[in-house]
Amino acid sequence: MKPRRKGVRSLLPETATVLGLLVAPFILPPIGFAPDTMNRVLVMGLFGVGFDLLFGYAGLLSFGQSAFFGTGGFVAAYVLTRLGLPSVILGLVIGTVAAAITGYLVGLIALRRTGIYFAMITVAIAEVFFFMENSPLSGFTGGENGLPGVPSPTFYFGFATIHATSGWSMYGFLAVLYCAGIIIGRRIVASPVGRIMLAIRENPLRAAAVGHNVHRYKLLAFVIAATYAGLAGGLLGVMQGYMPPDAFAFDTSGQLIMQTVIGGLQTLYGPLVGAAVWLYLRDTLQSGLGLGASWKLALGVIFVLLVCFLKRGIIGGIRDLYGLFHASRKKPEPRILGEAGSSAPQSPSAAAPPLPSRKVNGYAGPILQTKNLSKRYGGLLANSEIDFAVAAGELRGIIGPNGAGKTTFFKMLTCEIHPSSGTILFEGRDITGLEITEVCQLGLTKSYQVNQLFTRLTARENIMISALAEKRGSFRLDFLRNTSTIPGIDELVEHNLQLVELAGRADVPVSELAYGEKRRLEIGLALATSPNLLLLDEPLAGMSPHERSETVKLLKSIGRGRTMIIIDHDMDALFELVDRITVLQEGRILVEGTPAEIKGNVAVQEAYLGGVLE
Amino acid sequence: MVSWANLLSQTFNGLVIGALLALISSGLTIIYGTLGVLNLAHGAMFMVGGYAGVVAFQHTGSFLVAIAAGASFVLVLGIVMERLIIRYFYSRPDEDQILVTFGLGIVYVEIVRFLFGSLAQSMPPPSWAAGITSLGFMIYPTYRLVVVAIIAVALLALYVVLYRTRLGMIVRAGIEDSIMVDSLGINVMRVFMIVFGIGAMAAGFAGIVNVPIAPITPDIGESILVEAFVVVVIGGVGSFPGAVLGGLIAGEILSLTSMIDPSYSQVMLFAVMTLVLVLRPRGLLGTLGRT
Repeated sequence: MKPRRKGVRSLLPETATVLGLLVAPFILPPIGFAPDTMNRVLVMGLFGVGFDLLFGYAGLLSFGQSAFFGTGGFVAAYVLTRLGLPSVILGLVIGTVAAAITGYLVGLIALRRTGIYFAMITVAIAEVFFFMENSPLSGFTGGENGLPGVPSPTFYFGFATIHATSGWSMYGFLAVLYCAGIIIGRRIVASPVGRIMLAIRENPLRAAAVGHNVHRYKLLAFVIAATYAGLAGGLLGVMQGYMPPDAFAFDTSGQLIMQTVIGGLQTLYGPLVGAAVWLYLRDTLQSGLGLGASWKLALGVIFVLLVCFLKRGIIGGIRDLYGLFHASRKKPEPRILGEAGSSAPQSPSAAAPPLPSRKVNGYAGPILQTKNLSKRYGGLLANSEIDFAVAAGELRGIIGPNGAGKTTFFKMLTCEIHPSSGTILFEGRDITGLEITEVCQLGLTKSYQVNQLFTRLTARENIMISALAEKRGSFRLDFLRNTSTIPGIDELVEHNLQLVELAGRADVPVSELAYGEKRRLEIGLALATSPNLLLLDEPLAGMSPHERSETVKLLKSIGRGRTMIIIDHDMDALFELVDRITVLQEGRILVEGTPAEIKGNVAVQEAYLGGVLE
Repeated sequence: MVSWANLLSQTFNGLVIGALLALISSGLTIIYGTLGVLNLAHGAMFMVGGYAGVVAFQHTGSFLVAIAAGASFVLVLGIVMERLIIRYFYSRPDEDQILVTFGLGIVYVEIVRFLFGSLAQSMPPPSWAAGITSLGFMIYPTYRLVVVAIIAVALLALYVVLYRTRLGMIVRAGIEDSIMVDSLGINVMRVFMIVFGIGAMAAGFAGIVNVPIAPITPDIGESILVEAFVVVVIGGVGSFPGAVLGGLIAGEILSLTSMIDPSYSQVMLFAVMTLVLVLRPRGLLGTLGRT
């Protein structure tokens, strides 16, 4: 019963989309929307679904979407007019594929950098396309004249032939495609790829560290956005019967961005709403009120105000209002539950059995071994000739004063940074020089000294990101698959939530978790990748005495049947937890031994514990 | 087809464009380097400077007053913009900063269009710089030579401010580590405000100096902004010498390749940028610091 209800409920937006598109022709024209305006809104809305996936979900702000819009449009228009391809649909498909390929190639260059570099490069690349269209390729594209005479599609049904020329017949054609675009977009959001895109937006470093190939997912998002852009571009030509050269203009990208932000990011419907507002204002201010070009000034001001004050746009604003209304009735209940869950975290861990460890193909030596490992930063030798080995099943502690090179050592082990010299063997395999993602996929990961969480996701969604890397590998193209259909994924998430005692707080956003809970989630993110060797970088840092003793208990229960290396300054905790301790000082191994040996070691006491007590 | 005289004069044209781009990009890069904000309204600043200068010229008829008015108007605009809006975006993500400056740029363009219409505005070069000058081996428009000189002086002034004054030392320290500078008891916010003003002024100054060479329209800033991006990517984001070098390189590429086929000159510029990105992602003179 339950899953079925859930299924119906999750189809609600799709149903609403269909109904909305059916009803729109009856309610919008009386308030001033011409059919052609509505068609244009649909084209921009479709264009925007891809852009919202790229920017709203994956966090990549591209100013170059006009390049793909134009490419899709002109390729489709070219094959339909100059080459005389009879099928409009086939022409659109060819244009869309051309845009996708272009997106892939451009993405290879633009995604070499992030942040502002990415934005600047996409601007520049879009300009190249504009110039190419305008002169070197004007033989194909018609240059400043564009390509006139683009045919409109005809559909043969058994009983009737529908020619979607303009007005409402074209509206029907575009509405069907928009609907398909939204359904696919929503599937992508619900797929593993969609979730990983959100994680990359939140924290690309951690997304890579739990085993996702961030670069390839970004490229995928870029290609998806280019595909939507290409189809929308093709439709623009088909809709107007003419492919205008300004499809390639920077202004097209600018409009797309403004419409998406005005409508609401991370909503998929935002661009549609934004485009409707945009074109409505243009029509009414320009012709209705006779204000001429000032409509764009009004939109610019609206845009700036939205970016300043209402970041989530129109749809986000409506959702917030709705949420406020709902919260006033509903909120108290989950609050109490949540607090109860956090105050008694000990109970469930006993219930969680240790995870089945990965198979080690007959390898019997130490699980981790370093030989002569050194790291040099200019004149500073952070780590010097470290020879280190950990046996499978061992719990090892590393201590040392601040600046001893502990964190540097961990970063080298997980391949976050690469050593200046020396080798690292993991399960007998040389992993020196591998990437952090590959190493995590091999079964070696760490939890960070400073929390590296996906802040705007819930605890469950956080763990899910790690679990996806464990279940799917570093990259997979399953962007139409529903995440919960991956066998064993929900169990893996649930299991790890229980391990770190967050099952009762699973659906709380990270930003609302207490510090101790965030620390546990940090460990949970590493655990959910099912590592054979888990590194913990100061898991007790910043905790209250009570939280410390709770976490030590937790680490004990996690440690059963696992191999772990733990850095911490809390000696008592470490002495209680681990089998052996390695002491680092000034980048070198000072001494190694059981907790009892370390406690009694004079050199350690002098170097670290502040001299021998009389 | 390619004669030596033509090559020489195109090289000089490249120098003029390059000098303009160098100054504009310096402003962009100083703002980014210090404040961490990529100002997408920078092209609009160039345009506003031009219009402010033209208005001053129409009222006074003086070239020097026009230059001063154009530059100082944009300086004030930059300072006000930083104080009222940009300041509240330092703690927000890069994307928000980009979006808000992008929006502001559009607002400026549309205000200018509202006030002056879309038709091009122009201004003659000053009488003392009109006509042509014989350089011995070739003749060349005097005003263009004057532009190179004026911009060289402006760049030198920027250099002096950045490398020889207390303010400049704070700016350069702020590029390295603004939190540290803040904790030393220096009022970083005031420095940021001044830097934003100076950076914007660089664009505005270039904007008015350029009017006698090419008439100005409300949309002129868009292509200028894109070229400044390319310059900064080639030279290295946040690097003042990089912006100057990148500007000169970009100017020569645009000018020399247009000798062979004008329609390819822009494309060539972007091809060089792509090459730099592939071979040296941080830019020619960029550091690995900020990415």
